[in-house]
Amino acid sequence: MKVPRVGIIGIGQSEFKARRPDANYPELVREAVTIAMKDCKRELDEIEAVVYSLAPDALLGIGNAERLGVDAVGARNKRFMRINTGGSTGISSLAAAHSHIAAGACDLVLVAGADKVGECGDSQTILNKIWDPVYERPLPLGTITMLAMSAVRYMHKYGMTEEDMAAIVVKNRAHAALNPKAHLRTPTTIEEVMHSRMISWPIKLFDSCPQSSGGCAMVLASEQYIKDNKLDAVWITGVAHCTESYFIGDRMGNGYIADHADSQAMGEACQRAYKMAGVIDPTKQIDVAELYSPFSNTEFHAIEGAGLAKLGQAPGMLKDGHFKLGGPTPVNPSGGVLCTNAIAVTAMVRVAETALQVWGRAGGHQVKGAKRGIASGNGGDHQFFGAMVVEA
Amino acid sequence: MELMTRTENWNITYRHALGETASYFYAQIRDKQQIYGRRDAKSGRVLVPPRAFSDETLEPTKEWVPVGPEGTIECFTIVYEAFNNLPDPPYAFGYVLLKGADTAIGGYFKGIDLKDGAKAAKQLAVGTPVITRFAKERVGDALDFWFELQG
Repeated sequence: MKVPRVGIIGIGQSEFKARRPDANYPELVREAVTIAMKDCKRELDEIEAVVYSLAPDALLGIGNAERLGVDAVGARNKRFMRINTGGSTGISSLAAAHSHIAAGACDLVLVAGADKVGECGDSQTILNKIWDPVYERPLPLGTITMLAMSAVRYMHKYGMTEEDMAAIVVKNRAHAALNPKAHLRTPTTIEEVMHSRMISWPIKLFDSCPQSSGGCAMVLASEQYIKDNKLDAVWITGVAHCTESYFIGDRMGNGYIADHADSQAMGEACQRAYKMAGVIDPTKQIDVAELYSPFSNTEFHAIEGAGLAKLGQAPGMLKDGHFKLGGPTPVNPSGGVLCTNAIAVTAMVRVAETALQVWGRAGGHQVKGAKRGIASGNGGDHQFFGAMVVEA
Repeated sequence: MELMTRTENWNITYRHALGETASYFYAQIRDKQQIYGRRDAKSGRVLVPPRAFSDETLEPTKEWVPVGPEGTIECFTIVYEAFNNLPDPPYAFGYVLLKGADTAIGGYFKGIDLKDGAKAAKQLAVGTPVITRFAKERVGDALDFWFELQG
């Protein structure tokens, strides 16, 4: 069966900052929507459906905040649904929008959301609550400690060092300095990262993403609509998800299927997306990658999951300059999640940035000649993974 | 112009049912200082903490298997940052593969000097043997036990 092509015609990102005291939550969503609608030169009246990108309610402090969002996205009398797969929410929302169009149900779909993580004060208090109250809640688990333990296993398995982790931060901060939308834009050095305060060994302050506030919106359209209206577009040619089971302790011990060191289910999601897009060798066919990675160490297993390096080889290739702007396969030229994390839309920004790259519209952080890219999103306790291939 | 804010606080109490499997698990820890897993008949793997069904074979588990008290460290972290509503730092915790188990269970690591992170991390390296210790006063909770280095 030939899948109808779905295009991206509009992209809107607000600037991402720690706080946005000038805009409340629906106003921030509205800001991103306005930019995206202007970008594709469409009116909100034309939008047939809205997929609303909203991660755990407590990060925002508003229960089911999609209710407030309805007005911000102009969804009255339209199809509307909220998607939440934790950190991967943004890419899951895009997958739902893609399905609306690929199924022939709609021609024009808006995906939008925002987050104000900076207002919650302490996201790890909330993220501790994603653990099962029966066995694991009494432990001080959070996303930082969970991924620090992944770092420990990756170090044990492949010999990654704290300096290798710092090199990811240096690369991504240098990229973010070129991206006016990014939250952390100050370049740094290995020494500065190594001297930043220890949070959860081996993750230090500079190895960690910020708590960002900001919004993102994208407009997707059918190929027919794009042709009829003579619009410019880039194309989603591969879309896939894959899921890991819940218990972290099952990703170690004896006879496990996936190692908590690696990102096996994310790799499966990417392979499914590549298959749909006809990508056989991502090392040769992928020009740019925007991979969800909230901590420096997780970018290594994300690179490997995306098939851009063999298991355990990403740190060495990073040292050789493989993943920086100007290298063979730039990873996170926007600065990535490490420099900007407004959780509800973070995985949408990965796709938006990939789209801008293959469109040739990424500005100062443009990857020269990029025609095909991969974007990914991670959610849950390293559990829900989405991937998209975007092409010019 | 002056930009204003409002402060809100969520404070909600839940009383979660543990179910039959976890209730038995915690009663054995409280009354007998013994950790149990459940064997998945199809794969033969012993799941710790015990699950009523296997997430791998999707079959109900049928047999209780005593595990530990010896084990080996599978992963760890040492937290130096204070987070609201979480313990005062520093503290170390992680996952341990208990003797007779096939999956790892989470718990604190105690009795280790955590002042120097790099030094403590070496002591907690993956594969390090540990022993389970039980609290004198046990209430039937995941904090009734923790791990210490063997020897």
